[in-house]
Amino acid sequence: MNMLEVRNVSKHFGNLVAVRQISLTVASGELRAIIGPNGAGKTTFFNMITGFFAPTSGQIVFDGRDVTGLTAEERVKIGMARTFQITEVFPDLSVNENVRVAVEARAGYALRPWLPADKRHAVEATVSELIARVGLVDKRDRAVGELSHGDQRTVEIAMALALRPRLLLLDEPTAGMGEQETYQIAGLIRRLHREENYTIILVEHDMRVVFHLADRISVLDQGALLAEGEPDDIAANRAVQEAYLGKAA
Amino acid sequence: MSDLAQPPGIVVQAAERRWLRLAVIWAVLIAMPLWMPLVGGYTDLGARILVFGLAAMSLNFLMGYTGQVSFGHAAYFGLGVYGAGFILLDFSHSTLLALLAGILLGGLIGAVIGALVCRSRGIYFALITIAFQEVFYYIGYKWDSVTGGYDGLRGFQRQPIHFGLFTIDILKNDVAFYYFVLVIFGIVVGLMGLILGSPLGRTFIALRENERRARFLGIQANRYIWLSFTISAFCIATAGALNALLNNFADPSSLDVTISGELVVMAVLGGIRSFWGPLLGAAVFVVVENYLSGLTLNWLFFVGLIFVIVVMFFPRGLLGMFGQRRAV
Repeated sequence: MNMLEVRNVSKHFGNLVAVRQISLTVASGELRAIIGPNGAGKTTFFNMITGFFAPTSGQIVFDGRDVTGLTAEERVKIGMARTFQITEVFPDLSVNENVRVAVEARAGYALRPWLPADKRHAVEATVSELIARVGLVDKRDRAVGELSHGDQRTVEIAMALALRPRLLLLDEPTAGMGEQETYQIAGLIRRLHREENYTIILVEHDMRVVFHLADRISVLDQGALLAEGEPDDIAANRAVQEAYLGKAA
Repeated sequence: MSDLAQPPGIVVQAAERRWLRLAVIWAVLIAMPLWMPLVGGYTDLGARILVFGLAAMSLNFLMGYTGQVSFGHAAYFGLGVYGAGFILLDFSHSTLLALLAGILLGGLIGAVIGALVCRSRGIYFALITIAFQEVFYYIGYKWDSVTGGYDGLRGFQRQPIHFGLFTIDILKNDVAFYYFVLVIFGIVVGLMGLILGSPLGRTFIALRENERRARFLGIQANRYIWLSFTISAFCIATAGALNALLNNFADPSSLDVTISGELVVMAVLGGIRSFWGPLLGAAVFVVVENYLSGLTLNWLFFVGLIFVIVVMFFPRGLLGMFGQRRAV
C-alpha cells in the first residue's frame, strides 16, 4: 500500500523553477531518504508535501486521499508530522510542556479551558511515555532553549511522535550536529522505523546516515528527480556521482 | 504543575512557593484599606490600583501570554466604562446590571474587532488595534446625543447592592466599594489564571513561543489569537466598567490612545512574563501619578524616567527580577 503519492509536482517562485515535475511514491512502512546537492529543491519539495506552501502544479495524495488543497494544520490532523531544518521548538517552555502542547493538540484538547482529572492524567502519562521513548527523562523540566542542539532536535521528534502520525517527515534531523549527537539521532530514527514501523521521509545531508537508514533513496538535482533506487544502486549511479562531484569526476 | 517522575522535593517546594506568593499578594490586597491611610493614601486610590491592575493584566493576557501587542486596548476599556454609564444614567439603578452591560459591550465589540485583527502579526497587529481604537475614540468624542461628546456621561452614581435581607452600601462606604472591586478583580484574575494553566492557555503560550511550530502541531493560529484577544477584551471591559463605578462618570479620555500606551507601560514595568507583574506596574504607575501630579504638571516625565531605568536594568520588569523563568 502506498502512504504517499506525489504526481508531477512543480513549484515556481516567479521565474525561478525550484521544483520541476517530480513524481514519487512512498510505500507504507518505508524509510525514504531524499538527497541532493545544496539548492536541489529538497526543502521546497518537503514544504509542498507538508502544506507549508501549495505546489504551482501537480497533485499530492496521502493515504489514498488528495491533500493538495489542504492546509498544513489539516494535514497534521490526518496524520502528517514534520520537523524542521532549523530547529522549531517552544524555547521558554520545559521539555515536558513542549511535548504536552503537542499531545493536547493531538487529543483535540487545545481549546479546552479545563480538563477533568482522568483526561489530565492520561495526557501526563502519554507525555511521560514519549519523553522516555526519546530518552530525555532526566531533562524533562529544563527549558528547551537551554538544551544542546541535539537534545532540542530530539524534543522536536518527540513532539512529532506525539501527533501519532502515519507519516513522519524529518528535514535534516542531524544538521549541525556533532558525531555523538548524529549517532544518537540516527539510532532513534532507526528504532522508530524498524521497531515501531513508522513510515518516514528523511531529507539528509549526512551520507553515512542516509545509507545506513534508508530503504530507498530519491536524488534531486536542480529541482528535478535525478535518480531513485536502493542505496547500493544509488551509490553506483554515474549521474548521481556527477551531480555531487561535478562532471570532471 | 507536573508531579511525575521527578525528585518530589523540587516540585513540592515550587508548589509551596507558589502558594506563598499568592497568600502574600492576597493578604496585601485584602488589608489595603487598613494600610493605605498609614502611607498617606486613601481607599479609592486602592480601588484605582485594582482597576488599572486588572486592565494591565488583561492586556498582558494577550501581550505576555499570546505574544501579540495591542496598542488599542483603551477601546475595550472605554467601552466598558460607557456600557456601565449608559445603564446607570438612563436605564436602571442596578450596579450589577451596569457592570454586566460594560463587560458585554466591551467584550462583544472586542470579539468583532478581534476577528478583523487576528490575521495580522507583530507591528501590523499593533497598528490595526490602534486604528480601531481611534475609531471608538472619535465615536465617543463626536456622537453627542448618545455619548455626551466631550463632556461624556455625567450625573450617574453607582448604587447600593441589595441582597434581599441586607444591603451593601458601596456608594457611601468607600471601604465596601473597595471590597466590591476586589471581589470582581479576584473572579476575573482567577479565571485568567485558570485558563493559562489549562490546555487552552498552553496553546496560547505555544503561539507566543513559536507560531510555525504550533501550526505544524495542527493548531490553527488565527483562531486562537482571536480567542485570546476576545478573552482579553472581556476582562479589560470589566476593568472599564469598574472604573465607571469608581469615578461616577464616563468620558472620552477613557477611550484615548494615552490609556492604551499607559497600560502597555504598566505591564512592561511590572514584567510581561509574570502573571502578577502588570498589577505591580499599575500600582507603581497609579501611586506615582497620585503623588506627583499634585506637585508638578510634568509628572509623566518621572514615570518615563522610572520606565527607562526599569527597562535598562530589569528588562524582565520589576517582578521579572525574581528569576521567574517559566511561563506559567
